[in-house]
Amino acid sequence: MKLQLLRPLLIASGLTLLWQCTVWITQAPPYILPDPLRVLTTLFDQLPLLLRHAGVTLTEMLLGLLLGVLCGLTSALALITWGGLRRWLLPMLVISQSIPVFALAPVLMLWLGYGMASKVAMATLIIYFPVTAACFDGLRQTPTGFLKLARTLGASRPVLLFRIRLPAALPALGSGLRVAASVAPIGAVVGEWVGSSSGLGYLMLNANARMQVDLMFAALLMLALIAVGLYFTIDCLARRLIPWQSDTLTSASGTARSPNRGNP
Amino acid sequence: MFSGLDLELPAGQWTSILGQSGVGKSSLLQLLCGIADDAQVEGRIHCSDGQPLSGRVAWMAQDDLLLPWLNVLDNVLLAAHLQPGRSIQDAQRERARYLLAQVGLLDLAQARPGQLSGGQRQRVALARTLFQDRPLVCMDEPFSALDAITRLKLQDLAAQLLAERSVLMITHDPLEALRLSDRVLVLAGQPARLSSPITPPGPAPRQVTDHDVLCLQGQLLELLRGSVP
Repeated sequence: MKLQLLRPLLIASGLTLLWQCTVWITQAPPYILPDPLRVLTTLFDQLPLLLRHAGVTLTEMLLGLLLGVLCGLTSALALITWGGLRRWLLPMLVISQSIPVFALAPVLMLWLGYGMASKVAMATLIIYFPVTAACFDGLRQTPTGFLKLARTLGASRPVLLFRIRLPAALPALGSGLRVAASVAPIGAVVGEWVGSSSGLGYLMLNANARMQVDLMFAALLMLALIAVGLYFTIDCLARRLIPWQSDTLTSASGTARSPNRGNP
Repeated sequence: MFSGLDLELPAGQWTSILGQSGVGKSSLLQLLCGIADDAQVEGRIHCSDGQPLSGRVAWMAQDDLLLPWLNVLDNVLLAAHLQPGRSIQDAQRERARYLLAQVGLLDLAQARPGQLSGGQRQRVALARTLFQDRPLVCMDEPFSALDAITRLKLQDLAAQLLAERSVLMITHDPLEALRLSDRVLVLAGQPARLSSPITPPGPAPRQVTDHDVLCLQGQLLELLRGSVP
């Protein structure tokens, strides 16, 4: 158990060492690749500035996550419930994915301005599809036995959907959430790159233009920390809320029984 | 699949249907439970009290079908959980606890299904089936996924708890059918037909060493073998 706590530290120090070695071997000048110590110093010196911008980016990510997950879950439920909607909307959803969301960024700026709204919209758009797909797949793959059993118990259609299909889809929904958490930073930062006056993406572009490479790296480090933190928070929440999810990798004491997906 | 099939299930008796895999036993059972998908039926189901059968059958499958997100007690209470807008009453909870005690799992009431062994899970499924308290209980190879000893124990338990009820059980284990049933039928042929009933003597559950049971088991196996072209 102690190793489990040490592991992130070991990984971090290993990566830092690799970074330092790269600086030593390539003799890269500080304006191309600053060494870890310099970046850390900048990180602490500029902490108030970095935190202010990080707050903006984090807010965008969280709002995007919330909206994207809500829209995605609603869409998946609607797709499951109405066959007509499924036939019309599903192809459109898939086709819409061929448009790179990044290409939409300038349009979003145009419509929603340079403030936070366009970045939240960006993050929402990028989160929406993976969440919808994961929820829809999960809702679709309810074991037929569960549905038959519920029908012999006289369950109505809404009861089937919310008491059987939805809980059975929660593990898939958890996977969707994890994907959403890992793409949320992309949406927010890309939005900030295209046009903004605050946020870590803005800070990075600005620092780059002024040759403050160490500040740029510090912002990048901050962004990485936020992204990793967000992912692990979501992962931890999903595990806690879905304790019955079969996980063959972590259940060392788990029973050998296969997950109950059989078709009677 | 079937033609001219006439199945009679006497009230308060345990009827078993034996047959080869794929002969349509499960389809027949699911037809009665109203959950056979894509089935085209020309026929009538007639109950002795003149009321329709739909909604009055409890189904117990080979797979225990315990919902992994509910604990054991809530799984037994599933029929109550799936009634919209009605909260579970204390009396229902009491009854579920009583049934769990009858299957010997009261101390595991708060456990999740994932923590249970196969035999324990099937016992919870039995309690859930009993909780429904339906006039007809349909069981589809309920004990076939269990090891031999657990199966014997569960058969005894089921015979004791389902006594005096109308039960239809599908199985491919002649011994199981003979131990538990008042009437044993064989479903065979193309289209499938039912044989005339075999009625093992004595009260269920019969002993595995019972001479009559073993003798009938031999006959049944011969009958089953003969039914295969």
